[in-house]
Amino acid sequence: MASVKLNNIKKRFGDVDVLHGIDLDIKDGEFVVLIGESGCGKSTLLRLLSGLEDITEGDLYIDDERVNGRSPAKRGIAMVFQSYALYPHMNVFKNMAFGLKISGKDKAFVNNKVMEAAKKLKIDHLLERLPRELSGGQRQRVAIGRAIVRDPKVFLFDEPLSNLDASLRVQTRVELGKLHQELKATVVYVTHDQVEAMTLGDKIVVMNKGRVEQVGAPLDLYHHPKTQFVAGFIGSPKMNFLKAKISQSGAENTQLVLESGRVIQASIDTSSLNQGDIVQLGMRPEHMALNCESNIVEGKVTLIEHLGELSYLYVDIGQEGEMVLKVDGDNQHQAGDKITFGIQPNRLYLFDHQGKALTRVNAHTSATILL
Amino acid sequence: MKLFSRFIPSSRMRQVPKSVTVHAVLLAYTVIALFPIIVVVINAFKERRAIFRDPLGLPDSDSFTLVGFQQVLLRSDFGLYSWNSLVVTILAVGLVLLLGAMAAWALTEYKFKGNLLITFLFAMGIMIPIRLGTVSILSLMVNLDLVNTLTALVLVYIAQGLPLAVYILSEFVRTIPKELTEAARCDSVSEYKIFFCVILPLLKPAMATVAVFTMIPIWNDLWFPLILAPGEETRTITLGVQQFVGQYVTDWNSVLSALTLAIVPVLILYTIFSRQLIRGLTSGAVK
Repeated sequence: MASVKLNNIKKRFGDVDVLHGIDLDIKDGEFVVLIGESGCGKSTLLRLLSGLEDITEGDLYIDDERVNGRSPAKRGIAMVFQSYALYPHMNVFKNMAFGLKISGKDKAFVNNKVMEAAKKLKIDHLLERLPRELSGGQRQRVAIGRAIVRDPKVFLFDEPLSNLDASLRVQTRVELGKLHQELKATVVYVTHDQVEAMTLGDKIVVMNKGRVEQVGAPLDLYHHPKTQFVAGFIGSPKMNFLKAKISQSGAENTQLVLESGRVIQASIDTSSLNQGDIVQLGMRPEHMALNCESNIVEGKVTLIEHLGELSYLYVDIGQEGEMVLKVDGDNQHQAGDKITFGIQPNRLYLFDHQGKALTRVNAHTSATILL
Repeated sequence: MKLFSRFIPSSRMRQVPKSVTVHAVLLAYTVIALFPIIVVVINAFKERRAIFRDPLGLPDSDSFTLVGFQQVLLRSDFGLYSWNSLVVTILAVGLVLLLGAMAAWALTEYKFKGNLLITFLFAMGIMIPIRLGTVSILSLMVNLDLVNTLTALVLVYIAQGLPLAVYILSEFVRTIPKELTEAARCDSVSEYKIFFCVILPLLKPAMATVAVFTMIPIWNDLWFPLILAPGEETRTITLGVQQFVGQYVTDWNSVLSALTLAIVPVLILYTIFSRQLIRGLTSGAVK
């Protein structure tokens, strides 16, 4: 297992800059998730790590060794592809053994390795089958098995769960998490699914347009997003954003006015801003409560989505537009109902006109509750 | 009709006119394609007079004879001619397949200078018949001292078959997912091994297709054997048959018998390839 270090990595395809200088430190045994919208460069970055694509500029170190220009094999990486990429004409055993056999390992060693990995992944009864005789989940396991047998320094996963159906995805996700705990391997995992990112990652790297927006532990990103982009990306449903004007700035308390004239109190340090500055106010759907006494907003329910244990209310609040609330599943509201809801000042997020987050004071997080 | 419909679901019933038309067309084509072959085969077993009296009639006890086959098998080097044809065809087809697959793989997988130029040259090779270059090919073979050798024929047939083979195999190579090669590269498989162990097995059905229509023109060719290898030792079957065609008299019994015998090896080769071809076409379809 190994550490990975990226130093100002850039990638250009012709005249198009895809990655604009990525710096990243991945510790030994860490599970790092690259997340971002499609086209943000996360898959390209993974391919640069794997060596399938050349690095235009910058240095890549695996275990403190510069590996730019080395072939994938010599980097000691193993990659799991979204489409599994199993060799269609080889059975499961041969698929897993192929790389080892090619590198000239003796038969007993190969057999041992493959059996061990197959048992770990519970595919030891499928070894004689061809890939086309397997289900999607089984194929994915074979692909992971093929990576495991090679004892790579770093595992690279390129959206490995995207081709699975919803329930299988959850199940495989859990298994991946367990597998990582067992193998204690260094993993770089690309996904666009923020649930996968939050649940699997020790560290999440949020990417946007070829740049790293923020790197942090899952809950760090959730509670302390550095930019509006990250705030919008982490959390489901998405954070609600409202345009607001600062009517009274301060180091601990800020007073804001919405477009409709509603006044909002927020526990946010805005000492760097002036009165009258335009900001974006962020509110997570799960933080707004129907029975909350502070920062009360009223609106009309336009749509309800029932998820069972909870419901999403889409509320038209007039001039500012529509907001989403996450409420208890037992809630009896119907479309057309007028409701009032509120949010505590220390649950609010604020972003300046460049989208940079302002420091939250006494932010209400699980960590502070424990303290 | 009522009885009929009890066994066939109604949705299939609606397709009956369509399928009748399709089968009629296919059947007509089969008759047209098989007619000359059947005429050759039945006349090979008839006496000379019977051939001219009733070319389409089946041999009966009066007209039946094996004199043509005796002539061919006993009085000529038919075995040698067949062997020559077989050697030339198998070598040429084999090399066309191997080189064609390699070229197709290289041209689609690797970006290098001249890639487009080479692709273009192969496209030209499809469009321009190789016979236009007969004179230069002959003088080249004379210079290389290859006239009257089977090598000359094999080389020319490779050149003749390669362009189309590359073109068709390239299309197939493109359908192989890129991830497969990338996975193999991550598995530290060398580029040669990737080609031989991953790509080539997946190209099998395509190669069967290419083999079939590279093989037939080579087997049937008269032009190049006549020009490049007319010597007694290097004659192919098509050329060998010509010795029975005289300026004034043609020994039709022998010609037709030789042609009948010439069909057999190519039929066997075709059966081998076409089985592979059908297997390839259907293997991915049923999940």
